[in-house]
Amino acid sequence: MVDVQLPESLRDVEPVRSVRTPAQLDYTFTAGDATTRFLTGITQKRIIGQQAPGGRVYVPPRGADPELGQPTPIEVEVAQVGTVTSFCVVNLQFYGSVMEIPYVSALILLDGADLSIMHLIQEVPADEVRIGMRVEAVWRDDADIEPTLESIKWFRPNGEPDDPDVRIPGEGRGTGLGSWIGGVAPTEAVVRNPRTGEGGEA
Amino acid sequence: MRDVAIISVAQTPSRRAVTELNEVEMLMPAVHRALDQVDMTIDDIGFTCSGSTDYLAGMAFSFVSTLDGVGPWPPIQESHVEMDGAWALYEAWVKLQLGEIDTALVYAYAKSSPGDLPMVLSRQLDPITLGPLWPDSVSLAALQARALLDAGRATEADLAEVAARSRRAALDNPNAQLAWDRPAADVLAEDYHVAPLRRSDCPPITDAACAVVLAADGAARERVERPAWIRGIDHRVEPIHLGLRDLTVSESTRIAAGKAGVADGRVDVAELHAPFTHQELILREAIGLGDDVVVNPSGGALCANPMMTAGLIRLGEVATRISAGAADRGVAHATSGPCLQQNLVCVLEGEG
Repeated sequence: MVDVQLPESLRDVEPVRSVRTPAQLDYTFTAGDATTRFLTGITQKRIIGQQAPGGRVYVPPRGADPELGQPTPIEVEVAQVGTVTSFCVVNLQFYGSVMEIPYVSALILLDGADLSIMHLIQEVPADEVRIGMRVEAVWRDDADIEPTLESIKWFRPNGEPDDPDVRIPGEGRGTGLGSWIGGVAPTEAVVRNPRTGEGGEA
Repeated sequence: MRDVAIISVAQTPSRRAVTELNEVEMLMPAVHRALDQVDMTIDDIGFTCSGSTDYLAGMAFSFVSTLDGVGPWPPIQESHVEMDGAWALYEAWVKLQLGEIDTALVYAYAKSSPGDLPMVLSRQLDPITLGPLWPDSVSLAALQARALLDAGRATEADLAEVAARSRRAALDNPNAQLAWDRPAADVLAEDYHVAPLRRSDCPPITDAACAVVLAADGAARERVERPAWIRGIDHRVEPIHLGLRDLTVSESTRIAAGKAGVADGRVDVAELHAPFTHQELILREAIGLGDDVVVNPSGGALCANPMMTAGLIRLGEVATRISAGAADRGVAHATSGPCLQQNLVCVLEGEG
């Protein structure tokens, strides 16, 4: 410790142990071209994914195919039904959330898409939600449709039998959450290069 | 030291606000063009490094989604600096010195427009004593300008000359945002914006991106006729507390310029990252540039100042002139932080 000598006038004052310096910055967020096109589809109650030539179908699209490193100009309408690839039961009330607990937040792979979207599962008890469950989109009333994914209120079971083979997208290629291939980290040796077609097993 | 060169440079046009594209959509054309120009793809690149900051995008880990535009799959060697892309280039240069790779892709981008930029920049200050006062970046620059004028080392007319010369030079720069041909007297006739700075003493707010390809030794020679070789590169930082610095000089720039070897030869061209007019005067002195040196033929940061990117653009502008044969030896400078807190100096040279 450095021996700090305070001036006489400060000798007896209480030391400052912490300060609070609140900060707020406001941003005007722009969706960009790809997300604008996606959200415009939502206003027509259509879910439109995007792909680069030869690439996968991304929903929601952000404008670039991360495997090919290319823009995604091709629009592909995907189904409004899909399969739960992962989920969690939320038992905590988050600040600002209007959801009644417990509720289920899930990753849903829509038929025709190569990327899961995250959304709510409702109209089924939380403890009955499972991986592989088939679900369908439930839209707001037409008058309340806006360019936001919240125009889909939630997904609910559609009564189809479970898909027992469902996988997190990319799992077999090492792109899934934490998924290694045969116990090996996804490196060039085990992952095929989607641009050159070289290397890898998958 | 291993010879490393800038072999390709690409920028997007600088604009006040790119509202129709998100960051990755804005960046992609620059990255793709930089690679295409030297007939390369990401599969030919040994290391990728980028510069940007979450504070401008207003979201955490914002650089991850822009990496999508590169095609980082299968996993690539990649890094990011929360700094101007000039420092990303420095990291890539160090990586190339290790000798394990021969090529690198460096890019930087910013949409400066989504937030209130002078306020956003106040967040880089010391968070205990200075940040809570919310001093905006223009006011801090004005303090520095005032100190320089009071020291008798420049006049407001000198600043106006820099403003007029830079915007005139920018008329030849297709990527410029602000270019005009008016005499310095017109600038002096403007009202003060934040005294003693007038609006023309300040940079525009800019959205843009820039990408650069680096290559070592033979990898550079086999791809381009005249690589812009990095002969020296160095960066230094000064204390965060403005009160600890003499704002009328740039000691960190002086040291970096010395280490980079600026004085070891003739300087044909210099691109200085001086967002405010008075900062060019401080930098010229710190680097030791003579009156015969062409400074900021691109118009500099006064014609386009994309945050995190304008420094990398300075390196690109010098490299482009060397590769085109318009210059043999040049100096590029990049700055970061308030009032020229951190500075990088790079000497670039052509052969034959």
